[in-house]
Amino acid sequence: MESQFPIIQIMNEQGCIVRSEYREQITKELVMTMYRHLIRTRMFDRKCISLQRQGRIGTYVPYEGQEACQVGSALALRDGDWMFPTYRDHGAMMTFGRSLTQTLLYWKGRTEGCIPPEGRKIVPPSVPIATQIPHAAGTAYAEKRKGTKNAVIVYFGDGATSEGDFHEGLNFASVFNVPVVFFNQNNQYAISVPITRQMKSKTIAQKAMAYDIPGIRIDGNDIFVVYFETQQALERARNGRGPTLIEAVTWRYGAHTTSDDPSKYRDQEESKRRRETADPIKRMERFMQQEGWWDEKWANQVQEEASVEIEQAVAEMERYPKANPADMFDYVFAQPTWTIAEQKNAYFQWKRGIEG
Amino acid sequence: MIQAINEAMRQEMERDERVIVLGEDVGKNGGVFRATDGLLEQFGDCRVFDTPLAESGIIGTSIGLAVNGFRPIAEIQFLGFVYQAMDQLAAQAARLRFRSAGRFTCPIVVRSPYGGGVRTPELHSDALEALFAHSPGLKIVMPSNAFDAKGLLITAIRDEDPVLFLEPMKLYRALRMEVPNEPYEIPLGKARIVKEGEDVTIISWGATVPLVAKLAEEMTTQGIDAEVIDLRSLQPLDIDAIVRSVEKTGRVMIVHEAVKTNGFGAEIAALISERALFSLSAPIVRVTGYDTPYPVPSVEDEWLPNAARIVEGVQTLMRY
Ligand SMILES: Cc1ncc(C[n+]2csc(CCOP(=O)(O)OP(=O)(O)O)c2C)c(N)n1
Ligand SMILES: [Mg+2]
Repeated sequence: MESQFPIIQIMNEQGCIVRSEYREQITKELVMTMYRHLIRTRMFDRKCISLQRQGRIGTYVPYEGQEACQVGSALALRDGDWMFPTYRDHGAMMTFGRSLTQTLLYWKGRTEGCIPPEGRKIVPPSVPIATQIPHAAGTAYAEKRKGTKNAVIVYFGDGATSEGDFHEGLNFASVFNVPVVFFNQNNQYAISVPITRQMKSKTIAQKAMAYDIPGIRIDGNDIFVVYFETQQALERARNGRGPTLIEAVTWRYGAHTTSDDPSKYRDQEESKRRRETADPIKRMERFMQQEGWWDEKWANQVQEEASVEIEQAVAEMERYPKANPADMFDYVFAQPTWTIAEQKNAYFQWKRGIEG
Repeated sequence: MIQAINEAMRQEMERDERVIVLGEDVGKNGGVFRATDGLLEQFGDCRVFDTPLAESGIIGTSIGLAVNGFRPIAEIQFLGFVYQAMDQLAAQAARLRFRSAGRFTCPIVVRSPYGGGVRTPELHSDALEALFAHSPGLKIVMPSNAFDAKGLLITAIRDEDPVLFLEPMKLYRALRMEVPNEPYEIPLGKARIVKEGEDVTIISWGATVPLVAKLAEEMTTQGIDAEVIDLRSLQPLDIDAIVRSVEKTGRVMIVHEAVKTNGFGAEIAALISERALFSLSAPIVRVTGYDTPYPVPSVEDEWLPNAARIVEGVQTLMRY
């Protein structure tokens, strides 16, 4: 089955274009935009790890190594499209328009971090694995019913394909023939469980066959293939040709979360090796050098800009007033039922009592 | 507590080779909290194994294994993810004995960390015991300290029916305590009187017990002599211990982390009104989570039944 689903590249590890039909579309402007997002996304992730270590945010989920998947796929979206992310996809969310500050507030455990950005259809990240997959099928069905050209992208990991929700979501989407792209980031681990223990199938893309939808297996560290394959899948979706399953093969360099110790279950030498040979950003840099588009001064400026933006966001997060406990009562129902209204009242009365 | 849980599983696996451990990350990783640390190394991957990421599959497969002679200890990584396995647990495991007129049984233990106060992401902190207390056929055990955890888990593993064993995450590494090396059983359905007292009965279980016990000690200096009952298991429930205490004190407070409405506290209050109403000298007080989903970390301490709310509740009772 593996031979039926080879890993497709547009740019190889050395940064060379291996599918010449894409040459024309890879403009300098596109490349610069991609590079800017890649750098910003990676620098943000590293900043968060250090903020977590200093106790300035809570448990954090890093994505370093998976930036090409997240940036490339999010850049392929149009403004009216929907995004259903997981807890690891804030790289994609920020690329599509969620602010850095909001992202930080989420990891700080603030309600404000759950609010979708104005004018963007980004659903709050799913923590329970695979639950967002049927949602995406339903939202896509609604777009179809409304007769729009909007599409839906839903992210999930390799482990998520074991949940019933994954299969139910794909089957519904296939039966209803709706405009959704199932974007799998196969980082080859679900916490400590390697993909070889997760499934006997050698690829995730092949699971599409069971639902009679296209299944595509791509190099998730090649931002070009991620971008163009996602774009084509979205195009098919917009034009009534139904869902696509994309398996983007990648690797997370670090821990599952800041509470996880990967040395317990895998040799971190592998991450080191992959940084050298397969890193999505290094690969892009090699490409730009070969193209004669590499400009050290510009690259430094990109880093400088990202760093300023990140520092501003951190400062903004830390300026936020103390969290408001009213948050926990206010968004359960449109109209609070009497039990909640009464409990909220009692809470604030009691609070005033003990404070003054 | 985490060591006591680990030891209980290890000793039961040594004693009975039908006992096996399965779940997400329980093998090489030894569990995300290290509850199963070292078990794979000692017992091999036929008896300790990682499953695919599918809670319904974990419980469903455990039922099948149990029907066919094994004694699975299944781990649900966080109790919030038991929703994925709701049918298998509440409608399948719970009912197998009943629907086969006793010919098939389901001796599985489902272990799961639960409870708040540790700043987790969404759905990692929820106390969901009441859902299962409403599902006939499941036993529910909720230890509050290492000694009880070991003895109760051993009993649960030896039990002939499905047991949901809920471990307070906050207490995993809290409160060092002497735990005997040898295996021992603590019967299910027997509460522990944490502190005897005359004035007010405080009933609690699992995560909230250490806080309640500490506050009860402190209250003695204000002349309030509280009796603290740690239920240890909700199903079966030690109704005698409750009634006995209520008849003595006449005042009752129930403390639990789960949301208030339809929480297990409501059942206890109903039982007291059925069996000891005329011993009461004050309305029963419940100090619980609010009727809202477990909130984000920045406000969770306000949501949880905290010291200030418990003390105030006792003071209210003492006014009668
Ligand atoms: C329903 C459910 N079960 C278990 C968990 C605990 N958990 C969080 S992440 C994770 C592994 C997910 O792996 P994968 O789908 O490959 O995504 P990745 O984390 O690698 O991005 C697990 C088991 C959860 N969040 N939800
Ligand atoms: Mg994964």
